[in-house]
Amino acid sequence: MKSAKEILMAIQSALPGAQVEVVLNPSPSGQHSLRIDPASALAVAVFLREDSELALDYCSNATGVDWPDKEVAEKVKVAKVVEGVEQVVEETIKHVEPGYLEAVYHLFSMKKGPVNEPGPVVLRMRTVNRTDQVKLPSLTPVWRSVEFQEREIFDLFGIVFTGHPDLRRILMWDEFEDHPMRRDYVDPDDYEYEPTPHDEVLKRAEEQKAKAAEVTQ
Amino acid sequence: MTATAFKSYRPPIIEADGDGEVLEVAMGPHHPSTHGVFRMDVALDGERVIRLKPVFGYLHRNHEKIAEKGSYLASMPYTDRLDYFCSLTNNWAYALAVEKLAGLEVPERAEYIRVITAELTRIQNHASAIGFLMQEMGASGTPLMYAFREREKILDLFEELTGSRMMCNYMRFGGCRSELPTGWLEKVKVIVAGFPAFIDEIEALLTSNEILMARAQGVGVLTPELAVNAGITGPMLRAAGVNYDIRKVDHYGIYDRFTFRVPLGDHGDIYDRYMIRVLEMRESIGILEQAIRDIPAGPIMDPKSKIRGFRPKVGEAYGRIEAPKGELGFYLISDGTSNPYRYRVRPPSLINLTVLEDMCLGQNVADVVLIFGSVDIVLGEVDR
Repeated sequence: MKSAKEILMAIQSALPGAQVEVVLNPSPSGQHSLRIDPASALAVAVFLREDSELALDYCSNATGVDWPDKEVAEKVKVAKVVEGVEQVVEETIKHVEPGYLEAVYHLFSMKKGPVNEPGPVVLRMRTVNRTDQVKLPSLTPVWRSVEFQEREIFDLFGIVFTGHPDLRRILMWDEFEDHPMRRDYVDPDDYEYEPTPHDEVLKRAEEQKAKAAEVTQ
Repeated sequence: MTATAFKSYRPPIIEADGDGEVLEVAMGPHHPSTHGVFRMDVALDGERVIRLKPVFGYLHRNHEKIAEKGSYLASMPYTDRLDYFCSLTNNWAYALAVEKLAGLEVPERAEYIRVITAELTRIQNHASAIGFLMQEMGASGTPLMYAFREREKILDLFEELTGSRMMCNYMRFGGCRSELPTGWLEKVKVIVAGFPAFIDEIEALLTSNEILMARAQGVGVLTPELAVNAGITGPMLRAAGVNYDIRKVDHYGIYDRFTFRVPLGDHGDIYDRYMIRVLEMRESIGILEQAIRDIPAGPIMDPKSKIRGFRPKVGEAYGRIEAPKGELGFYLISDGTSNPYRYRVRPPSLINLTVLEDMCLGQNVADVVLIFGSVDIVLGEVDR
C-alpha cells in the first residue's frame, strides 16, 4: 500500500526532471491525484507501468474535464488622493483566470492488486488553455485501454492527443464541428430539422380529389 | 528508464499476399442486440481478415451531459438504460460512486439485497450471452430460447421487486428504495434451487458439442498480456487466464463474506469465454444461496442519506463494480451544488471492443461474427 505522496516520491527519485505534484481531494473518498507535467507524462506513465513495486499495468478509466475561464474579483488597497487628502481606499479589481482542459486517468495494478489505498492511482494533465493550445501527449502507447477513451475525449472535449495512433471522432459524426461536453457548449434547437413538403402535398391531394370528382360526374 | 524500454501493444499489420486483391466490406448489423447501430469496416484478402475497425456512435445521446444537467438522483433511472440487460448492477455502480463521494454507509440488509439482485442479474446476463453466441453460430433458436426461458423467471422476480422487467430502478444512495415484497425471498430460493438443472441442460447441449468445439476452439484468441494492457475486464479477461475479479480485489459491498471461486480459462478463445460464463453462473448460484441464508433484518437506508437537497461536498470519487460484462465505473466530480460537475461512465462494453481487431486479424470472415458475439456488448453502454 502506498499513498499518493509515496508514489510521488518514487517518481521523483526515478525521474529527477519530472514535475509532479499531489492534488488533494477533500471529499470522503480520499482519492488524491497526481498532476503531471505534459512534457514528462509519457516517461512517468512508462515508469508507473514498468516499476516492479507499483506495476500499474491497468489503466481503467480516462476522461476529460473542462474548467472554463473564471472571473476573479480581488479586493486591493490602493493609496488615492480623495478631495485633496491622501487616503487608503479599497478597490475591487476583476481579472480573468484562463481556463484549461484536463485529462484524468485512473490506474490499477492487475499484477499487484490494490496499490494505493483508498482506490486507484489518479493521474491528471492540464492543457495550457481551452482554445488553441490544447495538446497533450497520448498515453495509448503505454496503455492500449485508453485508445478509444482518448478518442472520446478528443471528440467530446477537443483535447488533441499527440502520438495517438488513430485520433478520429468516435461518437459524434465526422462533420460535426463542436465539442459537446464543454461547459459552454450551446446545443442547437434541433439537429434533424428539415422542412417537410406539407403544403405541396396537400395541394396535390386536393387536385387529385377534384380530378376524381370530375371523372365520377 | 527511457521511454523506449517498454513494449507497446499494437495490432500487427497484415499485408495482402500473392495477387493481393483486397475487398473492403462494411459488415453488420447482425447481432440481436445491435439492431442497426454497430458495424465493422473490414478489409479482406480472400476470406482472411487483414484489417478491422469497429464503427459505433449511432446510439449516442450524450448520457453524461444529460446527467450533468440534472441532480444526482435524476440520473439514476438513466443508468438503467446504459446496459439494459443489467440495470440493477448499473444502479449499484452509480450508487457506489455517489456513496464514496458523499461518505454514506449502506446498512447490512441493503448490502445483502444488493448482492442478491446483482447475482441474479449476472446469471440472466450470462445465460442470454450464451444464447446469443449460439445464435451467431447458427444454432438459430434452441439455446437462446432455453436461456430466455430462465431469464424470464428472473425478470418476474425483478418485476415484483422494482415494478419493471428490464429497466429496473431499485438502488438509492445509501441503500435500497423499498423493502422486499412479502414472500419474495422464498421465490428467489425456489428459482435458485432450479437453476443448476438449467445449467446442466445447457452444458449437455453445448459443452461437448462438435460444432461448437470446431467453430470456437482456437478462434479469436486473446493473450493475457494484451488483455491486461488493453483494459479488458470481465469474463473475457478471465477466459484469457488473468485472475482479476473486482469482487475479490476491491471487496466492495460485502463480497468478502461469501466463498466463491473465480473461474479461469487457459486459451483465451471463444470456447473459454463460453465456458467461463457457464462456470460463473454456477458460482453466482453459490453466492445467492449464502446470501439468502444469511440476510439479516433491519433498516435498508442510511439515515444520513437524503433524496431532496442532496449536495455532496466538493471533491471527486471513482467507484467501480464487477458488472456481468466487466468493470463498470463511475467517476464523479462535485462542486458542492446539487448537480454533478463531471459525470463519467467507464463502460466495460466499449473498452472490451478495443481488441476486436486483434482477435479477428488472420481469422476467416465467418469467424468475425462469432468473435464479436463472444465479447458480449450492449450498445446502450458503448455509445451512451
